[in-house]
Amino acid sequence: MILIVCLLGDGPVLAAEMPPDTMAARMQACASCHGAMGEGTKDDYFPRLAGKPAGYLYNQLIAFREGRRRYPPMNFLLEFQNDAYLHKMAEYFAEQRPPLPAPAIPTVSNDLLARGEQLATKGDPQRNIPACAGCHGPSFTGMEPAIPGLLGLRPSYISAQLGAWRYGTRTAALPDCMQLVAGYLTEDDVKALAAWLSSRKAPPDTSPLPRGSLPMPLACGSEPN
Amino acid sequence: MITRISGMILSAALISGLSVAVAAAQQPVTPPSAAPAPQPAKVPTDSIIARGEYLARAGDCIACHTAPEGQTFAGSRAMKTPFGTIFTSNITPDPTTGIGKWTADQFYTMMHTGRSIDGSLLYPAMPFASYTKVTRDDSDAIFAFLMSVPAVKQANRPHDLRFPYNNRSLIIGWRTLYFNEGEYKPDATKSAEWNRGAYLVEGLGHCGMCHTAINALGGSSESQAFEGGLIPMQNWYAPSLTSNKEAGLGDWSIKDITELLRDGISHRGAVYGPMADVVYNSLQYLSDDDVRAMAIYLKGLAQGSSPDRPSPPLPTAETSLLVSLGKPIYDKQCASCHGTEGAGMPPHYPLLAGNQSIQMSSAVNAIRMVLNGGFPPGTKGNPTPYGMPPFAHVLSDDEIAAVVTYIRTSWGNRGAPVSARQANELRSATLN
Repeated sequence: MILIVCLLGDGPVLAAEMPPDTMAARMQACASCHGAMGEGTKDDYFPRLAGKPAGYLYNQLIAFREGRRRYPPMNFLLEFQNDAYLHKMAEYFAEQRPPLPAPAIPTVSNDLLARGEQLATKGDPQRNIPACAGCHGPSFTGMEPAIPGLLGLRPSYISAQLGAWRYGTRTAALPDCMQLVAGYLTEDDVKALAAWLSSRKAPPDTSPLPRGSLPMPLACGSEPN
Repeated sequence: MITRISGMILSAALISGLSVAVAAAQQPVTPPSAAPAPQPAKVPTDSIIARGEYLARAGDCIACHTAPEGQTFAGSRAMKTPFGTIFTSNITPDPTTGIGKWTADQFYTMMHTGRSIDGSLLYPAMPFASYTKVTRDDSDAIFAFLMSVPAVKQANRPHDLRFPYNNRSLIIGWRTLYFNEGEYKPDATKSAEWNRGAYLVEGLGHCGMCHTAINALGGSSESQAFEGGLIPMQNWYAPSLTSNKEAGLGDWSIKDITELLRDGISHRGAVYGPMADVVYNSLQYLSDDDVRAMAIYLKGLAQGSSPDRPSPPLPTAETSLLVSLGKPIYDKQCASCHGTEGAGMPPHYPLLAGNQSIQMSSAVNAIRMVLNGGFPPGTKGNPTPYGMPPFAHVLSDDEIAAVVTYIRTSWGNRGAPVSARQANELRSATLN
């Protein structure tokens, strides 16, 4: 219906120039929000994709296509792409290793920052909150095949995602561990975590940990053991 | 997305029904008088089931009767309308929640007359006004295929329509005005291929659901068949298939039309938006012969009179300002793929110079492409499409208007300029 119709007869017919046969050229649709290599852009909200495990990225692409994760511009772009291509997209961005952006300068109080560190590294067992590091790794670089790294994300993105889990606009395969965890967090916890995580410096190796290297504190449908 | 299209046609239909139903409401809803004679039950062969599966693809049953991540054909897909939400039905062979107790006769009656097995009227969101053209043999094959898929026990969700739109007798009015029952009648003066194409386009393909304007009473007028129209609510413009100034295919080669329909891209253009849905879920599965037949029929359609171009909505001075603002934006944001002269790199980066759809009187699709970007559908012929980035977050309303005006008026293009207000209005268009 939306025929982008091209009348060859009307203009000069150029030699058949073709775009490069690469994923980078195909993924230009993603670049204006996520950066050419998925490194992220200056925009606060759009996340870095580069170097996250392919399984994680694939799960998100499927969730966007099916509308389980709601963000209309992404839902729209992926609506008519098949699983095999979504795999290719995930693998492409997982392989990229552009440098991490400079850590964010925290804008919260030192007390809140300390609370963020405590929750991220130790959790709060009395409130059933596991440490982020328990699944996302001590350096927060994630774990294969489907647990994302938490580095290089801006505080507004982190708090928006934790909020999305709490309000059900972002869901994952059952058991949806992040929905559970996010449900235990208060507004201040979210603010503290977003501030502390976004202020982490890059570790020497930003690659995700190998599969099964961490004993996960709770069952996650996205990361089958 | 077809579901939403159908939902809107339903909505429009209900409006039309409302005005007529006052007179028609007393008319009893009776089963069709010309019900086909019952036929003895036959055990379908594998080849009939396979043919039915193919025909179900041609009819795109799956797009509406399967919910996102739901079980195939189990229905319950939400179709949102301004009057409420309707939910598609379970068409798996489950005897209690699906169509397991139906007979081939009843299925044909439903397809042919738009009445369910209890005589109740179907909402015209179900394209029975097109499916009525389907032959008895083809209907039987589709039914045999549906009876062969896994039965799913999933009750139909009741429609959530507000009063008075929840009154099915309103449909009587719509039917009186817009429904012509009857199988496709071949035109003996045309080739077998043309007739096959016409049968698919007008029948199972139900192309007219979008490509014929929905008039003020919510029906599609036969005299305006395939002349195009804005798809209500979705804010995509379904171009005219009869006007060569829009998506009329009169001067396209059969090869280009075939590639567009089957692969989603061609050297003359690519499909996005609702048409990407149709290619993704239906047309890519059709045989080369059938797609070619549709192409021959569609090419032949493009002989009707073309609507006149509206006069430009903006004063000349404003237009030239927009064009001068648009060029630097185009050169910076668009030219790397589409070329400084709009030549593109077809089939992957569409040509813009001379592009019919960019010059159509409706600028909706051009504006939306710039705002939202998009990928052509992933198909067997084009499994890894090249995507266009969205610019909604990069360009202001003024900049969108400027660059779209530049594209619509440069390199010999003769489209009308667009205003920042038009661009702004489409920012809130439903995306999916």
